[in-house]
Amino acid sequence: MAVPQPVLEPMVPVTAKVLGVRRETPDTWTLSLEPDRPGLPAFRPGQFNMVYAFGIGEVPISISGDPARPERLVHTVRAVGAVTRALAGSRPGQVVGLRGPFGTAWPVEEARGRDLVVAAGGIGLAPLRPVLYHVLSNRADYDRVVLLYGARSRAELLYRRDLERWRGRFDLDVLVTVDRPDARWRGNVGVVTALFQQAAFRPEATVALVCGPEVMIRFTLLELEKRGVPDHRTYVSLERNMKCGVGTCGHCQLGPVFVCHDGPVFRTDRIRDWLGKREP
Amino acid sequence: MPARPAASRSASPAVPAVMAAGDLGQLFSALTTRGYQVIGPTVRDGAVVYDAVDGPDALAAGWGDEQAPGSYRLVRRRDGAIFGHRSGPTGWKRFFWPPELRLWQARRMEDGFRVEAEPAADPPRRALLGVRPCQLHGLLRLDRVVAGGPYPDPRYRAARERAFIVAVNCTEAGGTCFCASMGTGPAATAGYDLALTELVTDGAHRFLVEAGSEAGRAVLSGVPHRQAEKDEVAAARVLLQKAAEAMGRRLDAGGVKELLYEKFEADHWDRVAERCLACANCTSVCPTCFCTTVTDATDLAGGRAERRRRWDSCFSVDFSYIHGGPVRASVKSRYRQWLTHKLATWHDQFGTSGCVGCGQCITWCPVGIDLTAEVRALRAGGERGNGV
Ligand SMILES: Cc1cc2nc3c(=O)[nH]c(=O)nc-3n(C[C@H](O)[C@H](O)[C@H](O)COP(=O)(O)OP(=O)(O)OC[C@H]3O[C@@H](n4cnc5c(N)ncnc54)[C@H](O)[C@@H]3O)c2cc1C
Ligand code: SF4
Ligand code: SF4
Ligand code: FES
Repeated sequence: MAVPQPVLEPMVPVTAKVLGVRRETPDTWTLSLEPDRPGLPAFRPGQFNMVYAFGIGEVPISISGDPARPERLVHTVRAVGAVTRALAGSRPGQVVGLRGPFGTAWPVEEARGRDLVVAAGGIGLAPLRPVLYHVLSNRADYDRVVLLYGARSRAELLYRRDLERWRGRFDLDVLVTVDRPDARWRGNVGVVTALFQQAAFRPEATVALVCGPEVMIRFTLLELEKRGVPDHRTYVSLERNMKCGVGTCGHCQLGPVFVCHDGPVFRTDRIRDWLGKREP
Repeated sequence: MPARPAASRSASPAVPAVMAAGDLGQLFSALTTRGYQVIGPTVRDGAVVYDAVDGPDALAAGWGDEQAPGSYRLVRRRDGAIFGHRSGPTGWKRFFWPPELRLWQARRMEDGFRVEAEPAADPPRRALLGVRPCQLHGLLRLDRVVAGGPYPDPRYRAARERAFIVAVNCTEAGGTCFCASMGTGPAATAGYDLALTELVTDGAHRFLVEAGSEAGRAVLSGVPHRQAEKDEVAAARVLLQKAAEAMGRRLDAGGVKELLYEKFEADHWDRVAERCLACANCTSVCPTCFCTTVTDATDLAGGRAERRRRWDSCFSVDFSYIHGGPVRASVKSRYRQWLTHKLATWHDQFGTSGCVGCGQCITWCPVGIDLTAEVRALRAGGERGNGV
């Protein structure tokens, strides 16, 4: 597939206005942005932008909005450090910098006609939400669709409105679990992989998409393998330090791949050897 | 871009020319009248470095160097050779991929901020005089990385496209060189505009000159020269052959990619890590190391911000940092990353080795770590590999 060329130079951001800010969890906010310059390339589910906070820095953030509305760029940011704190603290009307969209996409076309399993842990739901938007607007293209989502606690669930809406649909299985339930929690407790017991899908006809912390990814892949989903039909999205997003800074290397442009979405069998490698 | 100049600069099969060493000044004039700034080897701080030179007098003529693991020393040569030294610590990549560069500035406005990119349009036209064959391969490999992907760096590309390259073949091997085993020397085969072989024999001091491009032929036509005699061509060939044979060091490149993948878990990495200081000297002298980082800053009032890009190294602990800690926290995993990248993953990424055999990482390593020896040790070690 042709790589969309960002406008201007690859290292120079365009500005974008913050239109709206929504608090998702105690430390996570969703920004919706309108680029000042029209005609930016449309994004595909799974791609990310390098997002810049004035004077502070620039970090990779997945695009978490609806791919059918590319004029509105949505980013869900968990405040963990200097840049993400600044971004998460943006107010409507403020301006940020953007470069992108970069990276590979989830295989929403290849998955047509099959069952789709979407497994997310924590902030890992952000890069997968565009897949769900896409699938729900093209629901007839897919067979069974299952979302398995785990967070640490009820308060840390992202996109609760979407989850409610999706749960109300008969054509989508939404299974949610938390590690630490509070008194009001009526749902599943435990890790994401435990949800597989309730998930109805046909392993031989399934495409599975996985994003979350690396341990979560590892155990989810094991579970999928155990259930007989071949590893050329499971996909993961990975995280590495990124300073350029365009393959020239070297930071994001994982063995032979550059996570910024060979990824972040990988077909599991293609990076199997490097997934489990520990490099402490 | 990288493929294009390389392809259009293939060595011509034509009979080489001969230029008297005394006419080197004419080569300078031919280059400067065409608008080139000449960069060449010159002596500074006890080493041969590459910098602007305004004539043959500024070149490091009459100097040689003694290089060994962890040591470098300039020595006077008796034969008066002009290019009688080998690769030096500064290399050529800095002229295209500078150690530090401002990418853009941003000005705060009432309604946000405005980004002002640094002008990229007009990089200087540089003539690089004295590029060793290994270093030339280094540039060609850097082209692949920085300008050969889907997002070529515009500044690198513009500077590279305007550059004129005068390669100088190596008639003597340096103390840490191993280009012959990497297939990158001692003679340049592609990517140059002119290639010189210096002949200092029986009182006659001259250069055999081969043109590798139209631009090279045009410059050569402005410099006094004649057709080479058969014995001059033969003499050059013998010298290059001898240089290859006299090279004391080799890296057995056969199967080295598979070897490193196989030895990912080998105990030998612990032993290298005991010596390595993670000082990053090796990555800064390496002609193919390309890693960079960016830094952001604002002025005191906070009205202006800028982003700079500067060389970085996989030996720094922050290099692989992601929330929670670095991916490669230990020196062991960082040295392994470096060597595995140079000799193994580079093949998968760019179709060649990331090492051109220039030996500079060996010379400038303060503790004299020699990658050719490390590869031999990994090969010899019958230890558990448990690789990929
Ligand atoms: C492809 C991709 C998509 C991502 N999508 C999202 C998302 O949708 N939402 C979200 O909240 N976060 C996302 N992240 C993680 C996010 O980039 C980091 O949380 C962020 O870089 C932290 O920067 P900081 O300056 O706030 O934190 P600090 O801890 O101060 O980090 C310092 C620097 O280290 C690097 N760094 C630290 N953590 C990471 C990390 N996890 N990944 C990459 N670089 C890191 C950055 O260069 C950062 O500037 C994504 C990361 C990648 C690689
Ligand atoms: S790894 Fe060492 S010998 Fe090889 S190209 Fe780099 S500096 Fe030269
Ligand atoms: S190998 Fe040598 S030069 Fe490279 S980081 Fe280690 S000590 Fe420094
Ligand atoms: S982020 Fe720079 S090479 Fe991938």
